[in-house]
Amino acid sequence: MQKFSTHTGTGIPLRRTNVDTDQIIPSTFLKRITRTGFEDALFAQWRKDPSFVLNQPAYRSGSVLVAGADFGTGSSREHAVWALLDYGIKVVVSSRFADIFRGNSGKAGLLAAQVSEPDLALLWDALDSDPGAEIRVDLPDQRINCADLTVPFDVDPYVKWRLERGYDDISLTEQHSSLITAFETSRPRFMPACSN
Amino acid sequence: MGYTLAQKVWNRHIVRQEDGAPDLLYIDLHLVNEVTSPQAFEGLRLSGRTVRRPDLTLAMEDHNIPTTDLLKPIADPVSALQIQTLRQNCQEFAVRLFTMGHREQGIVHVVGPQLGLTQPGMTIVCGDSHTSTHGAFGALAFGIGTSEAEHVLATQTLSAKPFKTMAVNIDGDLAPGVSSKDVILALIAQIGTGGGQGYVLEYRGSAVAAMSMEARMTMCNMSIEAGARAGLIAPDQVTLDYLRGRKHAPAGQDWEEASAYWLSLASDADARYDAEVTLRAADISPFVTWGTNPAQGTPVSGSVPFPENFTDAKEQAAAERALAYMGLEPGTLIRDITVDSVFLGSCTNGRIEDLRAAAEVLRGRSVKSGLRMLVVPGSMRVKVQAEAEGLDRIFLDAGAEWRFAGCSMCLGMNPDQVGPGQRCASTSNRNFEGRQGQGSRTHLVSPVVAAATAIRGTISTPADLN
Repeated sequence: MQKFSTHTGTGIPLRRTNVDTDQIIPSTFLKRITRTGFEDALFAQWRKDPSFVLNQPAYRSGSVLVAGADFGTGSSREHAVWALLDYGIKVVVSSRFADIFRGNSGKAGLLAAQVSEPDLALLWDALDSDPGAEIRVDLPDQRINCADLTVPFDVDPYVKWRLERGYDDISLTEQHSSLITAFETSRPRFMPACSN
Repeated sequence: MGYTLAQKVWNRHIVRQEDGAPDLLYIDLHLVNEVTSPQAFEGLRLSGRTVRRPDLTLAMEDHNIPTTDLLKPIADPVSALQIQTLRQNCQEFAVRLFTMGHREQGIVHVVGPQLGLTQPGMTIVCGDSHTSTHGAFGALAFGIGTSEAEHVLATQTLSAKPFKTMAVNIDGDLAPGVSSKDVILALIAQIGTGGGQGYVLEYRGSAVAAMSMEARMTMCNMSIEAGARAGLIAPDQVTLDYLRGRKHAPAGQDWEEASAYWLSLASDADARYDAEVTLRAADISPFVTWGTNPAQGTPVSGSVPFPENFTDAKEQAAAERALAYMGLEPGTLIRDITVDSVFLGSCTNGRIEDLRAAAEVLRGRSVKSGLRMLVVPGSMRVKVQAEAEGLDRIFLDAGAEWRFAGCSMCLGMNPDQVGPGQRCASTSNRNFEGRQGQGSRTHLVSPVVAAATAIRGTISTPADLN
């Protein structure tokens, strides 16, 4: 996973709530067995509409998606995060994220920055008043800048720590393999196994 | 102060705890499917890792497989490659796999409980959000992403933070014709798609105690649709009766030990929840969704809402958008909505009791001319059982299609899809835009509402047939 510190890029206002993972990436694209190459799948249905925000010239090279509450609801597909990353999105800003989506983001290196409802509205207004405006996201200080607007954002402290260092979760856990082995010896005998 | 069921199960699985870091949680059962696992296995290969506990891992072909013509090669080469990849991965990493057509194959959330692999007090994960289904047994069960799946494959643990707990109290008796599907749809409409965010929902109360295990699974299954991580129900005699004698359930002295432990898991009387919500069972009637998220629902007796009646501006905008997508006029009576197809199946409502309830409505009646009804059993065992009871004849005689087991039209990853602009009354779990096929319009309903709707061609309850 790549380290994340600050990122500056064009902000994309997506004024919708409940952007579910079937919209972020329709299930037909989930048949692929690769981990990359999903950029064409991002919002595949919505992108067929010429007026969709990603089709507007000002936002074409955008990398900070600013979306409404309950972003990433629905399926657990991590492909949703991969599609955003493959397209070039580095940060999703929203007032509320679905739990599994937020978890997947932290594992795959996409920053899910949670802001308050009023601050989300301010960011949307700032982006609408100057289409193509840049947003600067500062992870260490947990601040988002857009023109003269500065708003704070929330991120899980442990996810922040890992993102800043680019740590791989599995290697971290493997340092404790002796504890896992010890735990395994204490499991009740009646627990089921799939193999018998 | 006592502990809740969720806290008890969590605490029994902590491998490592440290301030400022998530807990390292041991996973008792890891379910794997063809869609969310290829990249996890590839990750293992690239880093030279193995599957730590193949004996606690079970793989299933369920999401993208066809439900007809199983002996022919899969027509879609991309789906075929995904299935082939799962088979190769399971062989390479010694993971048990049930392939399509096998007698134990089915939707993994139907098969786990059926085999007795799902037991109270366990931690269960799967790269599928409807893993919450297994919470009906008092197991802490939740969906994970592919990176997390790789982590579980490699270490049999997950690094996670404890969930908040929400008590969902449902007391009283459900009226005849009202099922647990109506209860969960009514709950989601009440608390919203984000209402359960960060929580485990523990369903309690006399209405829950009176439910069968299968009805409980339907409720826990859709906890994710309220944004919750998991659903939970305390193990009781109904749970024990369901599990006793199943293939992987403990037997003899182990059963005595296990069942005593399971019953001890119920939340303590003085346990405190982070939130609480209450529904009166008697107030709940057959429910249906009219919009494009599962919280946009109303009783079948109601009508399509007027967006301007929503006080919240964002809800208003979402309703306008949803109605435009769904092709519905505000004020239309729900019972006047005509559908093109009916889907009975999925991990939500593809179990034997669901098929029995729908068959009872369809017995001696016919699916409306021109309407397509697809019946897809949740597992091969459900299929065999239904055929032994003659349910398949009832469906076929009524004019419905009778298929092999799989996820099928719930998410349209296989050829079972709803066409653009077509309207489907579906017993599945998500009414998102395009969920059942590009441009498809979904109304979520219970099995008996699905059956009555198939007969009349408009959204109906069995009472409308008299």
